[in-house]
Amino acid sequence: MKTVSTLLDQNWYERYKAISRLNIRSSIYDVTNRCNLRCKGCFFFSSDEHKAAPEEEDVVRWESFVEREQARGVNLAILIGGEPTLYLDRVEAFYKRLPTYCATNGLIKIPRDRFPGMMVGISLWGDEEDERLLRGKDAFAVSSRNYTGDPDAYYLYTITSRQLGRTERVIRRIADAGLKVHMQLLSNDEGVDGFSWTPPQLSDIRAEMDAMLERYPGTVISCRYYHEIITTGRMLGRPFSWNECPSVTEPLDNRHPRPKRLIRFIRWAADLKTMHRCCTSATRDCTTCKDGAAHMSWVMVNKRAHMRSAKDLQNWIEVYEMFAKLYRFIPW
Amino acid sequence: MPESKETRERIIRIAEIIIEELKLEEITPESFNPDMDLVDELGVDSMDLATVALVLQDEYGVFIDEDDYPKLKTVRLIAEYVQSRLHGQKANDSL
Ligand code: SF4
Ligand code: SF4
Repeated sequence: MKTVSTLLDQNWYERYKAISRLNIRSSIYDVTNRCNLRCKGCFFFSSDEHKAAPEEEDVVRWESFVEREQARGVNLAILIGGEPTLYLDRVEAFYKRLPTYCATNGLIKIPRDRFPGMMVGISLWGDEEDERLLRGKDAFAVSSRNYTGDPDAYYLYTITSRQLGRTERVIRRIADAGLKVHMQLLSNDEGVDGFSWTPPQLSDIRAEMDAMLERYPGTVISCRYYHEIITTGRMLGRPFSWNECPSVTEPLDNRHPRPKRLIRFIRWAADLKTMHRCCTSATRDCTTCKDGAAHMSWVMVNKRAHMRSAKDLQNWIEVYEMFAKLYRFIPW
Repeated sequence: MPESKETRERIIRIAEIIIEELKLEEITPESFNPDMDLVDELGVDSMDLATVALVLQDEYGVFIDEDDYPKLKTVRLIAEYVQSRLHGQKANDSL
């Protein structure tokens, strides 16, 4: 019978053991329905999720909600929105109680004296040309000034199909700002002309992502297997789909049979009562969903399926390590 | 101390449940090493454990607290855990 230690050499086995018991239990929270940008293709606004529920405005209620989440076993709070930095009191309610990751467009600088060490993921959509087109503003120009050299912040670079052949310049600018970067692909929820992926483009961007990882290993937090999964939408011969997605809110998960999934995962609306279907919008077509976290989690929850060969299990380890680094369960 | 017949049988039954629920191949309940680390060797994760725990709960009528999963590292430890729960229940029943 194949076991972990018969498949791996000592070095890989040690890497496996360093992550095998991390037991990450994440949930996602809409901190607010408001944002200081309105990006074309933002899943939150394009699917009207900002109208799904009114915001809870009493910060004491946020605090007791986070305590209930803690008791529910959550050990990683992922804050999204809208723009969480518009309501730092709510962010603080999480930060004081749970390992917290805050997604932001980076236009407002999170005060580090109030939030030392909090993980910050800054969104970036293509280069300045794409950002102006899709976000109405070169957000990178502001966010890179706000976060230069911040050891606990990284860019979440959403690559658009127009970025082919142009990613290196973006990565270099991030490296110059002393920051790290993780790459994912635009899902183009609003069908903006010229921003949907074709199969040849996906295969080309995969090669480009691999090249960036190789050339900028100190800057890019990624791995080749993740590039394969996200660009092909296939894992071990299985297509990514609604029936496979691990990032579905557990109490709303009515799939039969249930696939391997994130335990206790919920995406909460800002009223702290309403639940959204999944980590992105309920109106998104799962067959074209390129959500990076959902793809990573898909690999992570399918560990034993990767015990077919040493290479498969090593791939699984690399994806798990990447996720654990992005959310600081292990150092960069 | 040599294990009792009852313990041995419970170990075999738990191994059988794990093999069945996790669809393990190339192993039988009898050849299952009861001291093999389920996470470090078999690649079991918490969702697998939750699946196994549900069957154990039905089979033995004991509640397995999710906070206790980290303790359930091997088949032998699961058998001991089930045993202690059964004894705990008996003790409670006789109160
Ligand atoms: S910054 Fe983020 S939340 Fe705001 S509109 Fe853009 S994608 Fe949506
Ligand atoms: S849209 Fe994406 S994240 Fe949501 S259920 Fe579908 S595949 Fe999963």
